[in-house]
Amino acid sequence: MDRVFITIAQRLGLGVVTLFVVSLIIAGMLETLPGDFCQAFYGQQATEKTVAECRQRNHLDESFIVRYGIWVKDAVQFDFGESLSNKRDVAQVIGVRLENTLFLAGFAAAISVPLSLFLGILAALYRYSWYDRLVNVFTLTSISFPEFFVAYILILWLSISTIGADGTPLFPNMAMVNVDTPFWTRAHMMFLPALTLTLVVVAHMMRMTRAAIINLLASPYIEMARLKGISNSRIIVKHALPNALAPIVNVIALNLAYLIVGVVIVEVVLSYPGLGKILVDAVKFRDFPLVQASVMIFAATYVLLNLTADIVTIVSNPRLLHPR
Amino acid sequence: MSATDIIPPPELAKPASMACRLGSALTVLIPLAVFAISFSADSASAIAGMVASVVFGGLLYRFWGRLSLPPIREQAIVFCILVYGAFVAVYLEGFSLYPWSTFSGLVSVVVLSMMVAVTWKETRKAPITAKFGLIIIALNILMVCIAPILAPHEQSQVLGGAYMVWGTPFADGGTAWFGTDELGRDYLSRMIYAIRNTVGIAIVTTALTFIVGAFVGLLAASLRGWVDQSLSRMVDVLMAIPPLIFALLILTVVGTGVIKLILVIALLDSTRVFRLSRSVAMNIVVMDYVEAAKLRGEKLMYVIWREVLPNAAAPLIAEFGLRFCFVFLFISSLSFLGLGLQPPTADLGSMVRDSANLINFYQYNKLMAITPLLPAFAIALLTIAVNFVVDWFLHKTSGLKE
Repeated sequence: MDRVFITIAQRLGLGVVTLFVVSLIIAGMLETLPGDFCQAFYGQQATEKTVAECRQRNHLDESFIVRYGIWVKDAVQFDFGESLSNKRDVAQVIGVRLENTLFLAGFAAAISVPLSLFLGILAALYRYSWYDRLVNVFTLTSISFPEFFVAYILILWLSISTIGADGTPLFPNMAMVNVDTPFWTRAHMMFLPALTLTLVVVAHMMRMTRAAIINLLASPYIEMARLKGISNSRIIVKHALPNALAPIVNVIALNLAYLIVGVVIVEVVLSYPGLGKILVDAVKFRDFPLVQASVMIFAATYVLLNLTADIVTIVSNPRLLHPR
Repeated sequence: MSATDIIPPPELAKPASMACRLGSALTVLIPLAVFAISFSADSASAIAGMVASVVFGGLLYRFWGRLSLPPIREQAIVFCILVYGAFVAVYLEGFSLYPWSTFSGLVSVVVLSMMVAVTWKETRKAPITAKFGLIIIALNILMVCIAPILAPHEQSQVLGGAYMVWGTPFADGGTAWFGTDELGRDYLSRMIYAIRNTVGIAIVTTALTFIVGAFVGLLAASLRGWVDQSLSRMVDVLMAIPPLIFALLILTVVGTGVIKLILVIALLDSTRVFRLSRSVAMNIVVMDYVEAAKLRGEKLMYVIWREVLPNAAAPLIAEFGLRFCFVFLFISSLSFLGLGLQPPTADLGSMVRDSANLINFYQYNKLMAITPLLPAFAIALLTIAVNFVVDWFLHKTSGLKE
C-alpha cells in the first residue's frame, strides 16, 4: 500500500507543478494582450488621466513580476482577488457559475455514464449482431456531430416545434437559471443542455467499454470460464468487466473533464450561465483576475480527474506499481 | 498485411495500353480546350493554367506505367476523366471562367480515381458505411476544387433583401434556393464557398499538425533522455489547458486571420499527435532492426525516416483521419464563437451562428427555420464520412476479424 501512496504523492506534486506553469503561461499571455482592462472599460471616453487613475487603483502600473507574485501569494490562500469589471469578489462570481457548471455536468454524467456502460456491455455481449452494428453506426454518427448541431436539432425538435396554443414549449430553449431556481424547475430547464451533452459524450464511453471488454475475451481465463459452462452474460459482467475497468475509467474521467471544461459552445447556444460563458466574456473585457481564476479551475479539474483515473488504473492493476 | 504486400513482385515497365494513351491525351486536351476558350477572359491565369495542365499531363504519361494497373482499372480512370470532360463541355460557360478551378478539379478527379483504382480490391469489399464515407469525402474534395464553378453567385455578393424565403427569384436573375442570409447574400453559394474555405483550412492545418507532431514525437522517442523528458513535460502542461479556451486566449492575443488560425490550432493539436507518435515509436525504437540500423552507422534522420516511420504508418494514418475531424470541428466551433475566418469570407461555423435566430420562426416558415441547420449538417456529414472510413481502415489494419 505504501507504494500506492508514494505514487499518488508523486502525481499530486506533478499536478501542482503543472498548475503553476499553467498559471504562469496564462499570466504571460494576458500580459501580452493588446490593450488592458482600463482602456477596454472606458472605451471611447478614455482620457489619459482617468486611465492612469484606474490603472493605479487596480495595480496595473506595477511590473509583471510583482503583480504575478501578489496573485500567487493570494491564490495559494484561495483569494483570487476581485473582478475588475464589477468589483465583486472573484471567488463569489465564479462560485455561482461553478455550481451551475457542476450541476449541469453532474446531470449529464448521471444520465450518460450508466447509459453508456449499459449499452457498451450489451454491445460486447451481442457483438457482431445487428444490434451491435446499429449501435456502432449510431455512436460514430453522434461522435461526428458538432455540439451546436446537436443542440439546435434538439431545440427545434423538443422546444420550438412543441409550442402549443398557450405559447409554452415542452422544454425551454434557454436555460436561464439563477440561484433561487427550485430544483425541479432547474432540472426541467436544464434538460436540453444535459441531453445535448449526453449525446455528445455517450458514444465515446460506450465504444471504449465495448472495445475493452472484447479485448479481454481472447484471454485464457475467459476460455476457462467458458469451458466451465458459465453463461455468456455472467462471463462478461463477472469475469471480463473487472479487468476491463482501467481503460473504461480512464475514458470516463476524460469525458467528465470534458463535461466541466468543454461546454462553452453548449452554454452559448442554450444561454446557460456556466463557467465557460463567463470566461469567454472575461477574455473580451480583459478582466484578468476572472480569466486567471477560471482557467485555473479548468486546469485543476483536468489534472485531478486524470489523477483519479491513474489511481484507479493502478489500484485495479497492481503490476503497474512495479515498472520494469 | 500479407507477405505479398511487403515484397512487390518484379515488374517490367509494360507498354502503355490504348486506354491509357487515350486517358493521357484527354487529361491534356480537356483543360487545353477550356483554356483556349477562357483565354479572352483572363489571359494570365489561362496561360499559367495551360502550362500547369501540360506539365500535369506529361507527368501522368511518364509515371502511368509505374502504377502497374490492370487494364480494367485504367479504363475506369479514363471513364472518370471522360465524365468530368463531359461536364466541362456541357457547362463550358461556367468552367471557362475559372481555368484554375477547372484544372484543380481535373487533378482531383484523376487522383481520386487513381486512389480508388489502386485500392480497388479492398474498396470493393468495404462495408456500406465506408463506401458511403468515401463518396462523401470525394464529393467534398471536388467541391473544394471547383467551388466557384458550382456556386451560382459570389460569396460576398449582396443580391436581395435579408432573409428571403427559399426559392425566391432574385431581381437580376437566378433563384435563392436556400434563401438569403442576414445581408441578402445567396445562402447556397455561401455554403459552397464555406465548405471550400473551412475544409481547405482544416486540411492544411491537419497536415501541419501532423508534420510537426509526428516529427517531434518520433524524434523524442528516438533520442530519449532529456529531450524526450522536457518535450513530454511541456506537452503535459499544454494539454492541461482546455484547447478551446486556450485557442480563444491566443487568438485574442495575436488577433484573427487565416494564417494565425492555422498556426494556433496546429500548435495546440500537435500535442495530441506528439503523444500518439511518441508512444507508437517507443515500441519500435527498441526493435532489433532499428538497433541494427544504428550500429550500421546510419544517421538519426535515416533511422526515423526509413526504419521507424514506415512501421508507425498505420496508426498514424488512422490518427490523421481522426485529427482532421477534430480540427474541422474545432475550426467550426471557433468560428461559431466568432474567432474563425473573418467576414465577408464564408465559413460553416459563423454561418450557423449568424442565421441561428431563424430557428425561432418555425411556426411561420418551417423551411426557413431549418436553414441554420444546413451548414451544421454539412460539417456533420463530412465528419461522419471520415469517421466511417477511419473505422474501416482501423478494422482492416488491426487484423480484427469476426
